[in-house]
Amino acid sequence: MTSSSSYSGLEEASSKPHLCGAAKRGSAAVPHHSNPDRPETPIIEFREVGKSYGTFTILDKLSFSVRPGEHLALIGPSGSGKTTILRLLMTLETVTAGEILIDGRSLNREERSGKIVQASEAHLRRMRAEIGMVFQHFNLFPHKTVLENVTLAPVLTSRLSKEEAKNRAFELLDKVGLTNKADEYPARLSGGQKQRVAIARALALQPKILLLDEITSALDPELVEEVLSVITDLRNETNMTMLLVTHEMSFAKDFADRVLFFEQGKIIEDGPPAKIFQEPDHERTRSFLRKVIAAGQRV
Amino acid sequence: MSWSWAFALEILPALLDGLIVTVKVTLISSVFALVVGLSFAIAKASRVTWVRHPVLLATEGIRRTPLLVQLYFLFYVLPDFGVLLSPLTAGIIGLGLHYATYTSEVFRAGIESVPVGQWEAATATNLSPYHTWTHIILPQALPPMIPALGNYVIAMFKETPILSAITILDLMGEALAQANFNYRYLEPITLVALGFLIVSLCSAAIIKILEARLRLENG
Repeated sequence: MTSSSSYSGLEEASSKPHLCGAAKRGSAAVPHHSNPDRPETPIIEFREVGKSYGTFTILDKLSFSVRPGEHLALIGPSGSGKTTILRLLMTLETVTAGEILIDGRSLNREERSGKIVQASEAHLRRMRAEIGMVFQHFNLFPHKTVLENVTLAPVLTSRLSKEEAKNRAFELLDKVGLTNKADEYPARLSGGQKQRVAIARALALQPKILLLDEITSALDPELVEEVLSVITDLRNETNMTMLLVTHEMSFAKDFADRVLFFEQGKIIEDGPPAKIFQEPDHERTRSFLRKVIAAGQRV
Repeated sequence: MSWSWAFALEILPALLDGLIVTVKVTLISSVFALVVGLSFAIAKASRVTWVRHPVLLATEGIRRTPLLVQLYFLFYVLPDFGVLLSPLTAGIIGLGLHYATYTSEVFRAGIESVPVGQWEAATATNLSPYHTWTHIILPQALPPMIPALGNYVIAMFKETPILSAITILDLMGEALAQANFNYRYLEPITLVALGFLIVSLCSAAIIKILEARLRLENG
């Protein structure tokens, strides 16, 4: 970081400097050891990140950074690259150009015998320890009970003993309101319940960064609320950095202290939700929001 | 020529000895075929080219040539290069390796039937590749494979008579020895067919039960 602004990639996208959203809302969650000359290390930093599949480019020289404790909503039309950003962070996809830094350390590269090389599986595993993800289609382990889904990873990665993992799992299941389902298999749960188990599973590893990828898109409308209320509680009670990719504009507005609007792999708009949703700088953002409202959503 | 019970009874002990050899060879070769086949399948799913390509080449080579040729190679050609295998060892390796290339295809299909989301969830929960295989992928991939794998075990069992070509006295080998000695083929060969039929039917039943139980355990 050389500039005092953490939005290094926004020169082209936005003329006005924004205040950091996290500093305005949820400030209790943001550590205040920064001084103007040495800004604190961003927890996530994209440096000219590119991602392409063969000749198809989905992200091109994307740069932005996220401060610890920020709650980001990533919005924009389908195929604009929002989900790809989360998948790159979770190392489900490999960066094809540029670099991603987590807490100042490179995610996709490492130094080995004096040379910078592609990150090895061992490096990726160290880096993933900081990051958790909740998927659109839950991806629970169907052959494991709810409790086993939540305890499996902490035990296998030897972070917790079986007993500790079980205790923590019950705490987390309590938080998502599913202690009574601990011994059920996922097939017996509703979509909303499955997604709440998936949230508990991600939290069991105590990530610093939580990635939420369209977590309500696969749910019946009447089940959306129970999942969103769990996320709202998390947002208010923890100091995790959270990145939410969503099509639920009203939730994005309540959840986020900063909204990024993407189109064709570029950040078109970056700022607090009040600004993005009420007075966006760009016509494209306005037309996207109009379409969403026309489709029946309240904003 | 009419059926002689006296002759059938006389050769029965020798044939039972042969049946025991047949079952033993089948069981050991099956374990070999399953373990090696699974290793082949995992290697074929590897992202590392120098692991994937040689295994692909080897399995295709073995699958596309006759078992009899491979057995002759192991038993009659290898000694020219200083590798001496007993008939039983050569038979087990030959049969096991040949069928490993088939079971590896079953394993591959089973592994591919596990949704990509399961791999992604395993990555997102930071499981090691080893734990991903042992706790997430294989427990979901194996139960649906049981019938196909079981069929290969029975196929191997039925293929064992070919081992008499490398001097193994299995059920067929014993029967041929008796037949050639006494110039009577009716009883020995009929008993061989009966022996195979009974064991095959029993194995098929066992596989059905095993499959039902595994499905039950996995909800």
